[in-house]
Amino acid sequence: MKRWQKIFLFLALAYSVLLLGPIAGLDIPRITRDVVSHPETLVQQLLIGLINGAIIAIIALGYTLVYGIIELINFAHGDLYMLGAFTSLTALGAFGVDGSATFQASILPIFLTLILATTICAGLNVLTERFAYRPLRNAPRLAPLISAIGVSFIFQNIGLFWGGLRAFLPVMGNNAAAPKDFPDLLPHINILKSLGIQSNINFTTKELIVLVAALALMVGLQLFVQYTRPGKAMRAVAQNRDAARIMGINVDQIIALTFLIGGGLAGTAGLLIGLYNNTIVFTMGFTAGLRAFTAAVLGGIGNIIGAMLGGVLIGLISALSDQYLSSRWTNAWIFAVLVVILVFRPGGLLGENVQEKV
Amino acid sequence: MNLCFQKSRIRHFIWVLWVISICSSCGANGQPGGDASADNGNTVKIVSSFPLTGSDVGQDQTIVNGIKQALSEANYTACSGKLKIDYQSLDDATAASGKWDPAQETANANKAVAEKNVVAYIGTFNSGAAKLSIPILNQANIFMVSPANTYPGLTKAVKGSTAPNEPNVYYPNGKRNYARVVATDDLQGKLAANWAKLLGVKKVYILDDQELYGKGIADIFEEDSKKLGIQVLGHEGIDPKAADYKALMTKIKALNPDLIYFGGITANNAGQLVKDMRSVGMAPDQVKFMGPDGIFDQAFADAAGPAGNGAYATFLGLPPKELTGAGQKWYKSYKSTYHSEPEPYASYGYESAEVVINAINKVCKNDRDALREAAMNTKDLKGLSGTFSFDKNGDTTLAIGSGNEVKNGKWTFVKMLKF
Repeated sequence: MKRWQKIFLFLALAYSVLLLGPIAGLDIPRITRDVVSHPETLVQQLLIGLINGAIIAIIALGYTLVYGIIELINFAHGDLYMLGAFTSLTALGAFGVDGSATFQASILPIFLTLILATTICAGLNVLTERFAYRPLRNAPRLAPLISAIGVSFIFQNIGLFWGGLRAFLPVMGNNAAAPKDFPDLLPHINILKSLGIQSNINFTTKELIVLVAALALMVGLQLFVQYTRPGKAMRAVAQNRDAARIMGINVDQIIALTFLIGGGLAGTAGLLIGLYNNTIVFTMGFTAGLRAFTAAVLGGIGNIIGAMLGGVLIGLISALSDQYLSSRWTNAWIFAVLVVILVFRPGGLLGENVQEKV
Repeated sequence: MNLCFQKSRIRHFIWVLWVISICSSCGANGQPGGDASADNGNTVKIVSSFPLTGSDVGQDQTIVNGIKQALSEANYTACSGKLKIDYQSLDDATAASGKWDPAQETANANKAVAEKNVVAYIGTFNSGAAKLSIPILNQANIFMVSPANTYPGLTKAVKGSTAPNEPNVYYPNGKRNYARVVATDDLQGKLAANWAKLLGVKKVYILDDQELYGKGIADIFEEDSKKLGIQVLGHEGIDPKAADYKALMTKIKALNPDLIYFGGITANNAGQLVKDMRSVGMAPDQVKFMGPDGIFDQAFADAAGPAGNGAYATFLGLPPKELTGAGQKWYKSYKSTYHSEPEPYASYGYESAEVVINAINKVCKNDRDALREAAMNTKDLKGLSGTFSFDKNGDTTLAIGSGNEVKNGKWTFVKMLKF
């Protein structure tokens, strides 16, 4: 883009923000007053945004990994995450854990559920790759994309069907399509209070566990991709598939591995969201997928750190918008930020990798 | 992002195809003998349109059951056996949206118009859907009666909550063809505000799901609360598809309300809302949660789980179990026929069908316009909760309401509310 075009675009954006801002609750003096008089609220909202963002980031990693390696936007990923949540709910039900169980008694079932959800989603993702994407690897790029949309439908209908199995799974409630209640198992001990700090900030062990789990996953993935042999092979395949093959890398295997990891992340995210939000529904994959995909694009699709950054950024924007602007406009603000960032950095915040390739 | 928009468009298209294929198959196995006698004048047909896919399905299935019950009591005939009545139940929801779909509702209305024998249309569940089907049916003089639409603008102008061109915009040929057996939201908003006052509420925060029904009811609630001296701390729309509302609830908590009123339906995440409200620390004895009849179903209690206990809902009419006289008889007969508890709107489904059967009995021929005229002038019909007529707008003259509360995961009747 030429320089004058950028300036023109910037002026147009600034104009529309100033024009639309007040309607959408952008009243800077009031917001400043609120922040100054209740700084604790700001901290609280940042915490909420951070945790929501971390969960979005884990899902975004699935999009970005797959895009990085085969340049496919795997639309089925959000729905895979939904299936992960359904698997978790079913598994917890099968282990006899419900809302009344204590945390001590449910540690082992949660752990087993984690393994189960991760394995099932990872396996499902690998199978999907094998049967829905691999045959189309050399086809025009739209073909695997359509295939991904098809898989997304299939997953969504599996979720709907699954939710209707009340005869076998009492946890599913009376109604196939209705949101399901996920047992609230993580302990709610207010950390600040037990440390003896008096404040209105509500940060419980539940939030801490979710946050730590999400961060551990992200760090683990980054270390894996940077420092292990399969991780290096993944980067090699992402950079140049043919050259990687010449170097003796089994490309099919590495791509399958990528899907395995992506699926595992989706399964884990499904369990985390269930434990954190305590509601799951068969359409949740679409919404979460949209936000996560936006996060991946925001951070620079194909870039792992970028996806994390994008996820956290979206979580923060939506929490702050709910607090200081108006929840009616939250989605509009998220996408406004996306537009602004893409105008100035078309590859996303950390998108150099992609630009290099194109 | 471009790809993303393409996706949703493709998704839409595939769903439409899918729905068409489903509908053609359910058309094929409707009432037996319906098509064989389609062309003689001795058969009239009633169709209904409700969301039979998605989280409102429990509610809607019992409405359809109520309709069938009324028809089978009349033996599917009218005018002492001279006219045969056919009935077909259409679905206006798609699995993709999980609730009613505009394209599907329009298709259902057009289908009714195209079939010569169709004289009456029972539906819809959602007021937004009725906005689409009333004008289509109006131009074909088909009488439409709804057991569940509570948005006032469909029949009358209410200051502050209906659009300036309502309701005339829905009746392009100038004649009224739409009536309803439920009272409207302006009454329900009033009812909720009265009840809030009785519960000792002083400060309220209002949320809505940004849909016609939810926002309409929330606006009226706001207006009536102010009249009763309840302080309104704020009024916001929520994103019904958001994963959680912790940020929003944190903000509301800081304002210390006694009540959060949600204008919306179960399918728009009411369960998550009440969960997050409790999880950020608003206890049921300090901050109450109240909604309209859109959350008055088992799906809400299931979705909200333990957090749902103590949630309130208003309902225009009495729950089936609390009905007396004719209503109690109906309730018993429903239970013995369908072996399940009727959801609250089932009785209105039954009454809607009664209105149509009553009108067919007056007209006794396959004439859309005559039937429309007769039905709109329904007078002193014995319903399940009392005798009712339609006023000049097509609204029922009977209005009673009830207050309900979730106790141990089930809605329970608390008290009768009056206007």
